[in-house]
Amino acid sequence: MNLDVRLPLGLLFLTLGLILAGYGLVSDPAIYAAHSLGQNVNLHWGAIFSLFGLAMLFLWKRGAAR
Amino acid sequence: MNVFFASAGDSLAASAGSIRFDLDPVDLVILAVYFAFVLGIGWVLRRHQKTSTDYFEGGRSLPAWICALGFIGANLGAQEVMGMAASGAKYGISTSHFYWIGAIPAMVFVGIFMMPFYYGSKARSVPEYLKLRFDEKTRAFNALTFAGMTVFSSGISMHALAILMHAILGLNYHVCIGVSGLIVLVYIYTGGLTSAIYNEVLQFFLIVLGFLPLVILGLQDIGGWSGLMTQLGLYSEAKGMPGAWSSSWSHMGDASANPMGVEWFGLAMGLGFVLSFGYWCTDFLVIQRAMAAKNMNAARRTPLIAAVPKMLFPALVILPGLLAVALLQRGDALHLPITPSGETDYNMVVPALLAKYFPTGMLGIGLTALMASFMSGMAGNVTAFNTVFTYDLYHSYLHKDATDAELLRIGRLTTIVGLVISAGCAYLARSFNNIMDMLQLVFGFVNAPLFGVFLLGMFWRRSTGHGAFWGLLTGTATAMIFHGLTLPGHGVDAGIKGGWLGAPQHIFTSSMAQNFWMAIFAFAACFLSTIAISLATKPNKTDDELRGLVYSLTEKPRDEGVAWYARPATLGIAVLACTVVLNVIFW
Repeated sequence: MNLDVRLPLGLLFLTLGLILAGYGLVSDPAIYAAHSLGQNVNLHWGAIFSLFGLAMLFLWKRGAAR
Repeated sequence: MNVFFASAGDSLAASAGSIRFDLDPVDLVILAVYFAFVLGIGWVLRRHQKTSTDYFEGGRSLPAWICALGFIGANLGAQEVMGMAASGAKYGISTSHFYWIGAIPAMVFVGIFMMPFYYGSKARSVPEYLKLRFDEKTRAFNALTFAGMTVFSSGISMHALAILMHAILGLNYHVCIGVSGLIVLVYIYTGGLTSAIYNEVLQFFLIVLGFLPLVILGLQDIGGWSGLMTQLGLYSEAKGMPGAWSSSWSHMGDASANPMGVEWFGLAMGLGFVLSFGYWCTDFLVIQRAMAAKNMNAARRTPLIAAVPKMLFPALVILPGLLAVALLQRGDALHLPITPSGETDYNMVVPALLAKYFPTGMLGIGLTALMASFMSGMAGNVTAFNTVFTYDLYHSYLHKDATDAELLRIGRLTTIVGLVISAGCAYLARSFNNIMDMLQLVFGFVNAPLFGVFLLGMFWRRSTGHGAFWGLLTGTATAMIFHGLTLPGHGVDAGIKGGWLGAPQHIFTSSMAQNFWMAIFAFAACFLSTIAISLATKPNKTDDELRGLVYSLTEKPRDEGVAWYARPATLGIAVLACTVVLNVIFW
């Protein structure tokens, strides 16, 4: 099987993470006061998603190199 | 498919209309990105689907960790995600029994003891193993009942998804059925089992990372673990069962002392042994994922690796239910619907908490995770259906000389037909709620004795084809009679819930207790009758034919060259030890 699942996994979570984090930077802070106990969960979890995506892409690249 | 839960469609239909998501463009973009990846994976993999082994068995080439996440992902449908939260609210921490008793021991057993037979026998499916071990009629019985169960389960998932999307987003029911069916069709038609497994891997991480913030925010809001326990304690007192919502075992001495209405023996034997082993050790939906592994060691490690996240899932899927109860106890508003009898309907706990805690952006993630879990339930059932139909029905009975290319074509065609039938079942569920309940009941009758046949088949070489077939029928009939002569509570009318054969001989404290004890009786009847009929009939297979299929005639798998920490036995012991610790911590 030529497609390593870590590639689409990494790309998906990096993409979703960047969308979330980007939205977290530009969105109205009032939505966080209304929902997530005042925490900018879009920014925080966008960063986590992005890091996870990058980790998967790193593992994919390392696997491809072997 | 999971026989532990009632049809989600019925419950969601009753809950419809109470919670609404207001989505922004960013949420829709997130949804679109996810589905683009889902379809793209199938598209990329289509070039590698050259043989029936590629299409139905993933080429038997996948690493253990991918198979493991597929193994657990195939089981992690939305009925579990939403159903477990509802159960967490109704039964408290004792819901964890569905994982720590009702899954982990069976997953360890299948990995260490049963995968050598499934994988080593070169059987392409679980019914095919039964044919190799016993005879055609035993295979046919399992193949037909399993094929029926998968398309109906897929239909239930489709219906439940459409009902939920209509309820929270106002989408048209028919559009939901059509779009969800089309998405699953495209990525399974093009990419086969590998596409299904890869998407289950994506879905697994999406659910974990998508719902983890929900649990963290809920715990912060309620005052941490101690705050949660305080509110659960107050709730338990109000319900007349002090402490019952915050313990797993200490109230299991008496069925009337815990919200499940089950005592420890019925729980351990009915859920922990018969139903649990009957599902995890024989259901082709999950076994198929392990059989896609690249070698025997990977196949054995698949359920063992899967057991690790499975052990930790209560924190993700049960906690939302506990949080909902605690928040309501504190006086928070959650906009959960109320049933006609005045009780809170917890089937919408997850959407209610998503609406409460997730702003736009994360709401799109939560919604995507929810939709993904419904669709993986559909896809998992469809891949199991197309494999069993093609190998065990078409190739075995309709066209024995089919070429591999023909089997591949039939498999793809069966994918389309399977989804069309699933859609039909979804509409049936919409029109006749009781039909789905009835079908789930029938499937429960069939599943309960199944493990008895596999246990004897794999570990007792004297068991015969006649013994297995008639043992299965005896066990199934026993389950039906048991159900017809018992009721799940006082004041329950005879009918779909039991007591339809005449005056009830026993009234259980809950439907769960009735199900667990029905499973015990059905298994015992199957086990004993299989032994008796086997001893009274001639063996139909020689020792040479049984080599690789029975424990005493099979070379034990060797683990030379495998590091001690990666050996199945080591992993199994570690997993079981951790499960014991968890049971003690949450005693």
